[in-house]
Amino acid sequence: MSETEQEFTETLTIPPPEEDLHHPMEQYLRMERLPHIWCSTCGIGTIITAFISGLQKSELDREKVAVVSGIGCSGRAAGYLRLDSFHSTHGRAIPFATGLALGNPDLKVAVISGDGDLVAIGGNHLIHAARRNINMTIVCINNFNYAMTGGQAGPTTPLEANASTAPYGCYEFPFNLPYLAESSGAVYVARWTALHIRRLTNAIAEALLKPGFSFIEVICPCTTLYARRNRLGDGLDLMRFYHDNAIIRHGADTREVDIGFQDRIIVGKFIDKEKPTFLEKRDQYLKSKLGEQFIPYKGPNDGH
Amino acid sequence: MSYWRVPLDIQEIEIPHGDLHIIVERCKGCGFCEEYCPKDVLEMSTDFNRKGYHYPNILKQGACVNCNLCEMICPEFAIFCLEGEPRHPDPGEVIQGGENREG
Repeated sequence: MSETEQEFTETLTIPPPEEDLHHPMEQYLRMERLPHIWCSTCGIGTIITAFISGLQKSELDREKVAVVSGIGCSGRAAGYLRLDSFHSTHGRAIPFATGLALGNPDLKVAVISGDGDLVAIGGNHLIHAARRNINMTIVCINNFNYAMTGGQAGPTTPLEANASTAPYGCYEFPFNLPYLAESSGAVYVARWTALHIRRLTNAIAEALLKPGFSFIEVICPCTTLYARRNRLGDGLDLMRFYHDNAIIRHGADTREVDIGFQDRIIVGKFIDKEKPTFLEKRDQYLKSKLGEQFIPYKGPNDGH
Repeated sequence: MSYWRVPLDIQEIEIPHGDLHIIVERCKGCGFCEEYCPKDVLEMSTDFNRKGYHYPNILKQGACVNCNLCEMICPEFAIFCLEGEPRHPDPGEVIQGGENREG
C-alpha cells in the first residue's frame, strides 16, 4: 500500500451500517425504493415529510387516500409513498385524479406534482378541475424551473431569473399561482415554503379534510439548477433566504402575492371558503330536475 | 435561557428530553438539521459516509428537547427523535454565568 493510499484509508473512517434503526415514517414509505433521487439540499423530501405528517394529523384512513403525481422531480413522490399511488404521464395527474375522485367518491385524492407539470402542460386541467370544484387536494411544488430536464424556463420562472433556455434572464411574465387557483374557483388556497414545515403540515391536514378543490403552493429550493445558474448558493442558502424574506399574511389579496426574482415571498392561507363540490352540485341539480327518477351514484360498491 | 436567580419552582419544572438517532448512510449532508436545531445539538462531522457526504454528529449529548424539527426538516428521512425521560434542570445551568449561558 502506498503512502497516499494509506493516508486516504485513514481519513476515510466509514462507520458501521446501522441496520436496526427505523425511521418512524418508514411505514408510509416504499423503503425498497429509497434513497430517493432528489439532490442534496433539495426541499422535496421535506415536503414529503410534511405531507405524511399532515396525513397522520388529518386522521384519514390510509386505505381511503390516493396520491397521484405527474412527471418531473416532484413527480417521483407518488412512487416513494406507501399509499395507493399512481405516477401518471406528463401534465395528466389531475385528469387521472379526477377519474379517481368521481369513480370512488369515498376516496380522498391528493395530487403532489411540480409547477412544470401542473401549471405548464397540465394548466388547463388545473383550471377546469378548480372550476368544477372536484374533491381533491393539490400540493404544487414550485421550484421555478423544469429541474429534471435541465433547468429550462417555465411558466413560474420569475422575471430576470436565469434559466438554461433564458441565458440572459427570463423576460416572460410568470404565473401567480394562488391568484390563478382562486380565480378558477378553488375553495382553499395557501402558499408556504419548504422551510415552514409545521405550518405546511397544518395546511395539508386542513386541505385534506376540506371538501372541494384545495390548492397549496409550496416554494421549494432547487439547488442544482435554479440556485446554481443564478448564483444563489445551495439549498441551505435558499432556506435562509426564505427565512429572511417570507412574509406571513393570512387572507392576503391573491392579486398581490406574485413572486419576483429574489423578492419577498408572501405566504399564508389566502382563501378558505365553502362551496358545493362537483358531486354535491350534480346530485342536488339532477335531483331538482328529475326528482325520484334520479338515483345518485354512491361508489363502486353501490350495486348499480 | 438564563435567569439572575434560581427560579423558586425549579423542582417542579421538567425539561423534555429526546433521544436522537441518525441513520448515517442515508444522509446527503444538506445541513438543514444542523442549521435549524434550536438547541444547537448537532454539528456536521468531518468524516464521510459511504456516499461521500458529511453527516451530522451529536455535539451536546442530552441537550435535545424532543422538538422533532430535525425529523421534519430532514429531506432524507435520516434523522429522528424518540421521546426520552424528562429531566429536572440543574440549578447551576439556569442562572446567569452558569454553564449554559448564551451570548
